[in-house]
Amino acid sequence: MDWLNLLVYPAVRVLVLFFVLLTGFAYLTWYERKLLARFQVRYGPNRAGRFGLLQPLADAIKALFKEEIVPDHVDRPVYLLAPALAIVPALIIWAVIPVAKDFPAVADVPIGILWILAVAGIEGYGVILAGWSSNNNYSLLGALRSSAQMISYELPLGIFLVSILVLAGTFSLVELVEMSRPWWEWLWLWLVFPLFFICILAETNRSPFDLPETENELVAGFQTEYGGMKFALFFMAEYINMITTSAIMATLFFGGWKGPFADQYVWLGPVYLFIKVVALLFLFIWVRASVSRPRWDQLMRFSWQFLLPVSLMHLMGSAVFTVFLK
Amino acid sequence: MPTLPVPTFTQVVFVLIAAFTVISGLGVVVARNLFHSALLLAATFFGVAGLYVMLEAEFLAVTQILIYVGAVATLITFAIMLTRGAMHGETNPLNRQWGKAALFAFLFLVGLLGYLGGIPWPAPFQAIQADEGLIARLGEQLVTRYMVSLEVMGLLLMVALVGAILLARDDKP
Repeated sequence: MDWLNLLVYPAVRVLVLFFVLLTGFAYLTWYERKLLARFQVRYGPNRAGRFGLLQPLADAIKALFKEEIVPDHVDRPVYLLAPALAIVPALIIWAVIPVAKDFPAVADVPIGILWILAVAGIEGYGVILAGWSSNNNYSLLGALRSSAQMISYELPLGIFLVSILVLAGTFSLVELVEMSRPWWEWLWLWLVFPLFFICILAETNRSPFDLPETENELVAGFQTEYGGMKFALFFMAEYINMITTSAIMATLFFGGWKGPFADQYVWLGPVYLFIKVVALLFLFIWVRASVSRPRWDQLMRFSWQFLLPVSLMHLMGSAVFTVFLK
Repeated sequence: MPTLPVPTFTQVVFVLIAAFTVISGLGVVVARNLFHSALLLAATFFGVAGLYVMLEAEFLAVTQILIYVGAVATLITFAIMLTRGAMHGETNPLNRQWGKAALFAFLFLVGLLGYLGGIPWPAPFQAIQADEGLIARLGEQLVTRYMVSLEVMGLLLMVALVGAILLARDDKP
């Protein structure tokens, strides 16, 4: 039955994936608040439930029951489309990430890495649409900053990805994780991991690169005119993007689902992936707690004058290594 | 009573994607707001990528999204946001050039119909092996058979880049 294979089974997988991701988002907010509190010698949320574990639930109920306000001066269809468009790329990028041995989240397509690049390219749309349709100078400036930032950092990010691709010799992420790499390749990859992580920070608009929503200059940037659940959707997009990019980094740089005994016991794969993702999320929050925001021109200069040449050099190095050592 | 043939999954999806592409393509030219036109253009690119997937050309589809939706359309929206105020972008779809534009559109349609009429339908096709080797073969062709065109394209982009930098320079030489 082509209906069953093409529609029903993938749909079930997608539903399970979305449930996991949305729960992950809810508890990521709790994780971040708790960690930030620890960094600042506070307690963090501790009233709703034990250790504040019910706090995400309370926040969700609050966001859902807020009054839906659509300001008069906005471009209504685009204004309503923007939050949805912000969250879709964050979710669909998961389709190609392998979660266990021979088991990608939804499909093993032969173009996995390209898929990630393509979806990363459309991630800016939610922010651009929100900023433009809000008909507000702060929003527009936030959106302009965001699109410039995303275009600039996509370039070194893409070139780093191409570099990994050249070394791996395959487009499929499933194969990428399963192949065995020599030690020098791991070393060569880990050398650029910090730079890759900086690109990811800029792509996800995370602190210290959260210039599209700087409170002291732009109120709340592109999301100034959004409230209630629509604001929550932007919030969700940012956090799911954090989880997604962490999973991508874990897959590309740290062996994805691999770990001791993961080959024999398939169920261990998701556990290892989960541990790696949580560790990378800790890194995100650690950076937020300790690094201050750069100025706008510093941000752009860093991308064009440092990251881009370095990524090109890394690509050349990868090509040379592949030809002579593989 | 004649029974209608049950459409296959592929046919249903094709009709949906084709309708989406055509409607958004129409929207690009009739929308009164320039920003709406740009967004609908991105939607059209998406639809075309969907058609590529239907033809089992995943590589082409993803490249289409990467280049056209991710870069070209983003740059267009970016340019519109930079040059116009947020909401006063009302434009008249019919400007002074509409006569010439209609003429060229008509000529293009005639050419297209002539080309389509020359194909014996249903067209003979050759199935390609859509596997890993496809992309490798594509790359090989690019640096052997299509070497010159690739280099010329690179040169063209280089010239455009240098020109853009020259235009944007503050200290005119």
